[in-house]
Amino acid sequence: MTGTSEMFDRLLNTCAAWALALIWVLPLAYAVWTAFHPAAYEARFELFAPLTLENFSKAWNAAPFARYFLNTFILVTMILAGQFFLCTLAAFAFARFEFPGRNILFALVLLQLLVMPDILMVENYKTMRLLNLVDTIPAIALPYIASGFGIFLLRQTFMTIPKELDEAARIEGASFLGVLWKVYIPLAKPTYLAYGLVSVSHHWNNFLWPLIVTNSVETRPVTVGLSIFSAIDSGIEWSVINAATLMTSGPLLIAFLLFQRQFVQSFMRAGIK
Amino acid sequence: MKMRALKLKRDWIHGWLLLLPALVFLFAFTHIPAITTLINSFFSTPRGRRSAKFIGLENYDRMVNDPVFWKVLWNNLWFAIGTIPASVGLAIVMALWVNEKLMGRGFVRMAYFTPTVLPLIAVANIWLFFYTPGFGLFDQITGFLFGWPASNYLGNPDTALNAIIVVTVWKEAGFFMIFYLAALQAIPVSLKEAAQIEGAGRWTIFWRITFPLLMPTTLFVCVNAVINSFRLVDHIFILTDGGPDNASALLLFYIYEVAFRFWETAYGATLTVALLALLSLLAIGQFFFFDRKVHYK
Repeated sequence: MTGTSEMFDRLLNTCAAWALALIWVLPLAYAVWTAFHPAAYEARFELFAPLTLENFSKAWNAAPFARYFLNTFILVTMILAGQFFLCTLAAFAFARFEFPGRNILFALVLLQLLVMPDILMVENYKTMRLLNLVDTIPAIALPYIASGFGIFLLRQTFMTIPKELDEAARIEGASFLGVLWKVYIPLAKPTYLAYGLVSVSHHWNNFLWPLIVTNSVETRPVTVGLSIFSAIDSGIEWSVINAATLMTSGPLLIAFLLFQRQFVQSFMRAGIK
Repeated sequence: MKMRALKLKRDWIHGWLLLLPALVFLFAFTHIPAITTLINSFFSTPRGRRSAKFIGLENYDRMVNDPVFWKVLWNNLWFAIGTIPASVGLAIVMALWVNEKLMGRGFVRMAYFTPTVLPLIAVANIWLFFYTPGFGLFDQITGFLFGWPASNYLGNPDTALNAIIVVTVWKEAGFFMIFYLAALQAIPVSLKEAAQIEGAGRWTIFWRITFPLLMPTTLFVCVNAVINSFRLVDHIFILTDGGPDNASALLLFYIYEVAFRFWETAYGATLTVALLALLSLLAIGQFFFFDRKVHYK
């Protein structure tokens, strides 16, 4: 292979990669354009069209987005705390204890990777009604806090921790919970970070189950709030809807742009294990 | 001997105690509902003072004769065929590009991955605007480049599902790219160098070395993609609401409609059983896959 043909090859690849990248950002870029310009420029492209934040303030005032954000924040925190607690204990049991029924129970845990709670919405809604929890934030959170994925991920990490460390801590008189707290959890920090990022972005974005189980401003997360806001087609301008759309994905998007490397590595780590 | 037995017994109790909280939630919201779904599919929907009555296979009879059920099942098959190969293929290409020394690699990688962090609802809003007949960017570009007339892709039964497939591929490809990127970085450079010394071209290197080594990743990604093809319905609510005439409704969306718009929970349970049956078929396939993966380690 000659040098020129290789250079040509590289150039071709670069161009193709960039073309695809530009196509990929186009829909988002279009939304950003309209959100920051007055409605008159919705479909007209002028480089020096006046910039404005008016669409954002209109959207913010047209629906209780502040409350929606608070709800999502509470929801995501609740789920993450519950998941960390339950999954750590369960993963520790699967990784380091011998007990009858372990393999069957682990298979049952893995089953949840396939049968997600969203699929069972009909029955889960009945359960929530029975518990008198319909239209509360815990009702959105409860089906997700025992996560099969989380248990699996943490178990895999715990299994890689050398048993000698465990035994050394026990000889020094630590109880099994002490060992978990002092040896396992600190060593699994990267996994917790990865799982945390994946879980937060998943539940920030979740829609179907919250849509079913909430029906008031006090409980709705931003995704449901946004869908209601943009579904009223009583002549809300596109620029305002786009502003609202960007606003709801804003926190995650900004976090992603700032911590791109961590995000990508977390998704990678969470996927490979 | 006695000490050992004592320790074993203590291990049992500790193990079970640690598991207990997670299992309570897991059973309450996954396993038990799965079973009650099956039971309720043999009963009628309770209405007002009339409680549920055992009606045998009547719900299933209705399902088999429900043209909408077959339509959404068919749609789901198309959705899977449309999204899985396209998003997996694009993911491989994206990962190969981003893995190389490329001008502006940071931007390119960001462009591919960004859709992954957006909520599907927000994605739907963005694309709804993009698809707007006449003045959406899609029509503007096709009008400018090819002189196509304004067209309502989402309102036309022939194109609505395809329009949704495009949105889904856009959202998913960057996510799958990450797994391929990780796999590519694990392939030793020496393999590629050895092949180059032997005079192999890029094509040969890809098909003979890289692609086979990516096989476990491809399997993993495909399993995810198949599950997602049954799960991703959020954008349908915004883009088409299943219409026109159920042309873009998928199975999970139909379950939602039946159970929470028409409040026919028993029939909704029956449809859920159909979905669970489909997923169990996949589970059997996945079981073999996991088995293989364990041997790899």
